[in-house]
Amino acid sequence: MTTPIRKRSAFVAAAAALALLATGCTSNTPETEDTASESGGEQSGNAGSSNDEQGDTVVIGFSGPAADHGWLAAINSSAQEAAAEYPDIELRSAEGTNDASLQISHIETFINEGVDAIVLLPTDGAALTEVATRAMQAGIPVVNVDREFSSEFAARTTILGDNYGMGVSAGTYACQLVEENDIADPVIAEIAGIDSLPLTQDRSQGFADALSECGQSVDNRVAAEFTVESGERVTANLLQAAPQIDIIWNHDDDQGVGVMAALDNAGRDEMALIGGAGSANAMRWIEEGRMEATVLYPPTQAADGIKLARLLAQDKGMSDLVQVEVPRRIVLNAPVVTQENVAEYMDLGFES
Amino acid sequence: MSNELTSPENEVTGHDVAPADAPAVSAPGTAGLAGFLGSGLGRNLGLIIALLLLCAVGFATAGDRFASADNVLTILRLGSVIGVVSIGMTFVICGGGIDLSVGAIVALSSVWATTLATQTMAENVHWVVMVFTAIAVGAGCGLINGVLVAYGRVAPFIATLAMLAGARGLAEIIAQRRTQIIRDRDFITFFGGDVLGIPVLVIIFVLVSVFGWVLLNRTTFGRRTLAIGGNAEAARLAGIQVRRQTAMLYILLGIACGIAAVMIMARTTTGTSTHGQLYELDAIAAVVIGGTLLSGGRGTIVGTVLGVLIFTTLTNVFTLNNLDTSTQAVAKGVIIIAAVLLQQRVAERHRSSG
Repeated sequence: MTTPIRKRSAFVAAAAALALLATGCTSNTPETEDTASESGGEQSGNAGSSNDEQGDTVVIGFSGPAADHGWLAAINSSAQEAAAEYPDIELRSAEGTNDASLQISHIETFINEGVDAIVLLPTDGAALTEVATRAMQAGIPVVNVDREFSSEFAARTTILGDNYGMGVSAGTYACQLVEENDIADPVIAEIAGIDSLPLTQDRSQGFADALSECGQSVDNRVAAEFTVESGERVTANLLQAAPQIDIIWNHDDDQGVGVMAALDNAGRDEMALIGGAGSANAMRWIEEGRMEATVLYPPTQAADGIKLARLLAQDKGMSDLVQVEVPRRIVLNAPVVTQENVAEYMDLGFES
Repeated sequence: MSNELTSPENEVTGHDVAPADAPAVSAPGTAGLAGFLGSGLGRNLGLIIALLLLCAVGFATAGDRFASADNVLTILRLGSVIGVVSIGMTFVICGGGIDLSVGAIVALSSVWATTLATQTMAENVHWVVMVFTAIAVGAGCGLINGVLVAYGRVAPFIATLAMLAGARGLAEIIAQRRTQIIRDRDFITFFGGDVLGIPVLVIIFVLVSVFGWVLLNRTTFGRRTLAIGGNAEAARLAGIQVRRQTAMLYILLGIACGIAAVMIMARTTTGTSTHGQLYELDAIAAVVIGGTLLSGGRGTIVGTVLGVLIFTTLTNVFTLNNLDTSTQAVAKGVIIIAAVLLQQRVAERHRSSG
């Protein structure tokens, strides 16, 4: 007869293996890329000073999460492009992992190789703090991008998108819509991203805070998973929960493709849809008038990180500041893109 | 012992609603339909009670918003995609196997069917090209799984774990991690539309379920499936080609994944490598809640359908009540255990009284 116990334990083993794989399946072996040689003497930076002129050649190590999402793919490609602009940057790119322990080993490799600077977008800020601190102790400046370390000592400079600010921008814009259109008792819905991430919590907090400034609050809230499919799924349910909606803020334009599909499927277009991140799709919809606005979360952070790392390694400051040294912390603005200004931002839109 | 379909030593045993040798391979006649409902009711009473309780909660907390035709159709539409995968999964689990790669196969099928080349071909010929591509890719992946498990003697969870990684990776390579938007409006209109008020997606789910039920309960294919799942060695001695049958089950599931890919393409108007995430766990959960033995040899399509409906209704009721995701997760865990316990108690009573 059958041996259910053995098979059941086999299933447990399978589930465990699956969990392991889920975190490790997108890993790649580190690739070393030398993009410096190709770009020759061409200069396309815009420092407005001598900063863009060729200096000592510096080796910069770059490590980011797996590019399994349009925004992350744009992060990686813009970092590569930024490095290619400078003949004096030799970029070592340990690309693409969602496994914190693998990423730690990438950073350890950079430390052993003695790179001049490290640009790091951690899979998880807290998990990479220890190794980043070690790099700093070894005298390698670390530029922390987007997801913050848990210690001040782990990074020389931190460059962040403003997640809370994104929520504030979206909320303020929603307030403005309510006021302009004189909506008496508006139904405001929120489609968040992965709820367990601090960035999602920050965005939601900012949105709630901004709404409360004009006496409003979120009536219906669902959370998707940054994928098209999950966006469609949660929106289909959301539309049933609220038969009439005035404003929706969707945190992420990648999942926004699914949100838009769900709206189309249900034949609903009564609400003003505000997006987040700023994908090229979203910008095209804004142009066409199918979407109200989107709040930018620039995918160029890693590119800025590379530029800052180069300045740090070459002992330069930021030319537009009086300050001689690169600042400790830079927080990017989260502007709202609407039909009026979409043309300006189109170039920043990433294909997802 | 009323409706346990197989004791593997004598592979075909009596069935409580229809004679075991009933052919009915092609279409579910009226007797088939009655049997469909009849066999479901007794064995799945626990699940039906759970689903009704859930609906009662939904109605009590959300009233007309829950009970409206629109909302019911929304629930059914949401359940359809994972439902089709779960029907296929029921066969593989009945046959003593497991397939962890279903989500990845859905992703790969959706991507392959929406590449520029496929879409251009579809424009020149007909959108059926996209449907055909998705199903062919699904079947191909199923074939590889099946051959590895049946002839290569690779343990099912290892073979399909490899497929999980490989298929999603290939999907990422083909799509270059982009979301591929479907331009053919006819495709979207057809699958997104409805017939007599019933969404096409739901009709597909119903057809697949009925087909699955007939295949499992009324054909030699079904009896062989249960036989090899119950005891492969006994099945082999009884003259069943165990390897061939095993391989067929994975191909069947692959085809189901291809169909699900078409459905998800229609729902989201896209093909992308992130489609179908964690479908393997959702499908296995629905199948097991439905009462199919994880060790194989016994399975129920009606139970799987109910399992899927319980999951989708649950999410819907949560959203209607605007619950936050953490509370949802806790409640989901509790309700899954409650449903399984209820199902076991009721099924035991049914067995001892019948």
